[in-house]
Amino acid sequence: MEQILANGVYLGSQYAMIALGLTLIFALMNVLNFAHGQMYVIGGFVTYTFYGQWGVPFVLALVMSCVTLAILGALIERFLFAPVIKGSAREESTMLLAAGIAFFLDAVILLVFGEKQRGVPKIVDGVFNWDFRIIMPYDRILICVLAILSIVTFIGLMQYTKTGRALRALAQDRTAAQLMGVNVDRYSMIGFALGAMLAGLVGGLLVTITGVNLGMGGPTSIKAFMMVMIGGAGVISGAIWGGIILGFMEAIGLALLYQYGDITYLLIFVSLMIFLAIRPQGLMGKPWG
Amino acid sequence: MQRRSLMKAALTAVTMTAFGATAAFAENPVLKIGFVGVTSGPAAAWGISNQRSMETRAAWINETGGYTIGDTTYNIEIVSFDDQKDPKRAIAGMEKMAQEGIHYVVGPNVDDGAAAVRPVAESNGIMYFPYAFPKELYQAPASNAVLGMVANYQSGPAIYKYLMENEGVKTVAFIAANESDPLSQRDGGVEAAKALGLEVVSSNVTYQVDTTDFTPVLTPVMRAQPDLLVLSGVSPANAPQLIRSARELGFQGLISTETAQDAGVLAEGAGDLANGFISVGGASTPELASPMMNEFVQRYTDMFGEYNDESNTKVYALEYILETLKADPSAIEDVDAFQATMDTFEAPNPYMNGDAKLRYVGMSSFGQKRQVAVPLVVNVYQDGAFETLFVAEVD
Repeated sequence: MEQILANGVYLGSQYAMIALGLTLIFALMNVLNFAHGQMYVIGGFVTYTFYGQWGVPFVLALVMSCVTLAILGALIERFLFAPVIKGSAREESTMLLAAGIAFFLDAVILLVFGEKQRGVPKIVDGVFNWDFRIIMPYDRILICVLAILSIVTFIGLMQYTKTGRALRALAQDRTAAQLMGVNVDRYSMIGFALGAMLAGLVGGLLVTITGVNLGMGGPTSIKAFMMVMIGGAGVISGAIWGGIILGFMEAIGLALLYQYGDITYLLIFVSLMIFLAIRPQGLMGKPWG
Repeated sequence: MQRRSLMKAALTAVTMTAFGATAAFAENPVLKIGFVGVTSGPAAAWGISNQRSMETRAAWINETGGYTIGDTTYNIEIVSFDDQKDPKRAIAGMEKMAQEGIHYVVGPNVDDGAAAVRPVAESNGIMYFPYAFPKELYQAPASNAVLGMVANYQSGPAIYKYLMENEGVKTVAFIAANESDPLSQRDGGVEAAKALGLEVVSSNVTYQVDTTDFTPVLTPVMRAQPDLLVLSGVSPANAPQLIRSARELGFQGLISTETAQDAGVLAEGAGDLANGFISVGGASTPELASPMMNEFVQRYTDMFGEYNDESNTKVYALEYILETLKADPSAIEDVDAFQATMDTFEAPNPYMNGDAKLRYVGMSSFGQKRQVAVPLVVNVYQDGAFETLFVAEVD
């Protein structure tokens, strides 16, 4: 049981981080960013290049991942999403654009970083073993702590800074925020950059454990969408809860149902369908959107 | 006047050069060989190593004047199609090959894709070389598929037997991704292990293809404490993570797989924790690789920046196609002639030292010669490189 709880906390914290950026972008711009997983992969490859290839200190490599993705996110918002949102009232236009960007980034990743699985040296050696009740490598514990700290910092940023307040205002009511003097274009770009930066941060953190390859983008996006749907689309706390719930469901399923084959995700999907039929807005979303 | 003459001479030289170049290009007719396989998504490494092996060899042949079949010397062109590991796309890819008049195709890489393209290949006179293991693809009445590597039901028993005799292995656990290839390889492995008298202590644990962290997945397997952990059909992307998680969970036993792996990927993903990992390879270890194999590796590296050890097994398919066509030039347009030639075909294996031969095998497994005889080289990973554990032959 202790191992299940430890696995649940560990998986939940990394999933919550993955979902945060996606839900932030959705909250601000009503855009389902299908390229979120690809941004996560690029974050992993940037850390791999700086830390694994060039020997730059891990923290600096992580910063480079964040900066690269923030710039990429800002450029994508400024030159792709902003014109499409202004020029088209149909929501599917942005969805198609996001899917197109996902395919494009996949191709770029293949060209720049190749097809192979990549990994970096461990940032901490050793394994925590509590009498075989909990076995957890120290690097996973460290990444879990860093993920939780990042989430707390992000919440603090959103709650207590001028930028965070502007972004929350934008998420609540775009028109009202504009009338109150919020520069909507500027903060949309900042919000998208922040969402992409979160993807880069989690990609950089997790490359130390999971490695990275070009095929991870699509499945990561799907998992992130599941978490957002569980927690409620566009709600920051919902994304965190969605990640934690998915992490615990996965940990419990893998520990208790392994004798029946790979039915964990089957049950998770069935539960999600039933849950959404009862509460389509998710745990913390509002029925009106 | 002198200036005008100079310009005339320059113009003449340019014209002659252009004609010369055109003549050189036009000199050799082009022989198109197809590739239909996965070059995108999580399993991209499998198909890309196929495609790049073919492109490297084709460029090498073309650079050295072409490939002579009968009285004609051909330049080789590789026509590739990414099936995205989707059987529907694989069918579309094989149809494209048929439309282009291509009769010889390497791929697909996975079981369902290879099964899906069979009707298209047989009705359009295409011989194809899948990297997929279902026996019905190669047994009569199937006629046009040729297994491009050693199957797990051939390598698995050889590895288990070796480890029983040399390492005292008595118990074994299997873990596989939840998709058709790894699951069928797991089932074949379980059957082979039981037939050899091994005790199978765990074989139910599977994982999602997109799993990135295997610690929770492996925890139940580790409780069984097997002597040998078999990673059935594991992709090169997942192998290092599985090894790393198993070792971090305290697993002390042996770990093996029946798929080809890449030493660089293992080094980056698992480091020293991968030492002792057993996998199936080709003729790349120093004692086996011929000068031609070494040149192939060098050319591949020059062309694509980095070699992929999976290509040690994938270098062979194109060579088999070309050598068989050389043995019977009429087979270029006639796959029946190709099939007839396969029964008696034999040529020196240029990629291995010694007197190894290129020939078709498969009588034991399929009842007809529908497999290329690549050497069954079982490797063990040690400190960033593969070492040969043992070499065997398949038929």
